[in-house]
Amino acid sequence: MAESLTFEEAMAQLEDIVRKLEEGDVPLEEAISIYKQGMELSKLLHGKLKNVEEQLTKVMSEDGEEKDFEIKEEE
Amino acid sequence: MAPQYLTVQTLTKYIKRKFDADPYLADIYVKGEISNFKRHTSGHMYFTLKDERARILAVMFSSANRFLKFNPENGMKVLVRASVSVYEAGGSYQLYVKGMQPDGIGALYLAYEQLKDKLEKEGLFAKEKKRPIPAYPKVVGVVTSPTGAAVRDIITTIRRRFPVVKIILHPALVQGENAAPSIVKAIEEANRLGKADVLIVGRGGGSIEELWAFNEEMTARAIAASTIPVISAVGHETDFTIADFAADLRAPTPTAAAELAVPHIDEVREKILNMQARLLRSVREKVRHESSRLAYLERSPALKNPYRLIRQQMEQADRLAESLHREAGRLIGAAGEQCRNLYERLLRNRPEQKLLQARRDFISLHGNLVKQMQAVLREKQHRFGKNISALEALSPLKVMERGYSLAMAEDETIIKKTSQVKKGDTIQVVLTDGGLLCTVDEIRRRRENG
Repeated sequence: MAESLTFEEAMAQLEDIVRKLEEGDVPLEEAISIYKQGMELSKLLHGKLKNVEEQLTKVMSEDGEEKDFEIKEEE
Repeated sequence: MAPQYLTVQTLTKYIKRKFDADPYLADIYVKGEISNFKRHTSGHMYFTLKDERARILAVMFSSANRFLKFNPENGMKVLVRASVSVYEAGGSYQLYVKGMQPDGIGALYLAYEQLKDKLEKEGLFAKEKKRPIPAYPKVVGVVTSPTGAAVRDIITTIRRRFPVVKIILHPALVQGENAAPSIVKAIEEANRLGKADVLIVGRGGGSIEELWAFNEEMTARAIAASTIPVISAVGHETDFTIADFAADLRAPTPTAAAELAVPHIDEVREKILNMQARLLRSVREKVRHESSRLAYLERSPALKNPYRLIRQQMEQADRLAESLHREAGRLIGAAGEQCRNLYERLLRNRPEQKLLQARRDFISLHGNLVKQMQAVLREKQHRFGKNISALEALSPLKVMERGYSLAMAEDETIIKKTSQVKKGDTIQVVLTDGGLLCTVDEIRRRRENG
């Protein structure tokens, strides 16, 4: 399963596979193979969601550089 | 004393000085209706301000009218702030307008309506120009003030709902004269950077003046031109800004914008789990279905009792055999009929004479053959008898009948000479009716002649 899939693409593929399987007229061998594909995709999606390496909020400075941003109250 | 004549110019200058010296006329507020409105190519505006009973010429130089939030039109009732002075070349006094706003409805409101109208006609708000908001953005861009409730609401809402997303804040002024250019610059910067999948542009609520940057043309155009889909997030629920119309999606508040920008991670997880379950269920269902099909087939009478499969064929074979017999019988009957016909025809055409003649020929030939054969046989018998007699005459037995006998050594060689035996040898003498065993007592040799 290509790691390069975006979350959106992987989700769309998974939805396709579920729909296809649920329609039910897939031959057994294919059904099992796309079932495996679907499970891979959902693993990939879960993985992407777990990947919360503390995505910090960045702020673009005047010179176009990203810097960490912390919320300050307006006072 | 002769009157002193003034030049027109001197008089006009004098009058002008009177006007200019008056503190009231230097800064007055006048209301009236615009007529004879003309915008010169230089950008200056010339018009007449009038009411039912009077009129006054007015000019609004471009340096002043570029701050107008609306477009003056004939018949429009306006509130004007101006000074009064004299245009010497025209010999007329006029209003030098410094500021103007529509009378009755607010200037900002009018400007809003006019801009909305204009951009709408241009197609800037057209539905088909709206870009879809991605369902699962990786990066959310935020154009707003780095301080205040809006940015905090947006960031905390996104963090809470979808912590896997990265937020890039593009700080912008959201209030005051320089707000619109600042917002435009931030939107353009976000597009140049090209990292964000969706852009939230907004600020917290406020008065129409405070929100004004979001009602300006340049802001609307920058939003419409953004290649990144834009969610507008201005104010608190009620007011629509021009930016809202230009945006791809309008959120009533910054928090709502954040909710529209990202899904809730729990919902996404649940969705994935749900699809997993559906996958599993449908593949199980498939296997169950296939195995019950298999079981059904296995139970089917054809597989269970294969004899039934061939019974039909057997029956048919029987029927075929029967009809074969019938048909064969019919064919044989026909053939027999034909055969009988032929036989009868053959009988009718029997070659009896030929047969009799052939028989006669046969008998005579046969007789000849026998006669010939007997003659040959007789001749052979005769020759055979003659040969037998000759043979008998030569037989040693015949010679022995005449008194001769044969002497044989022990090795049954016939003794013809005395040298073949020694004294004391046992020899056999063969006679016609038997033999004698004799011992040699003496050997008498005959003298050989010569």
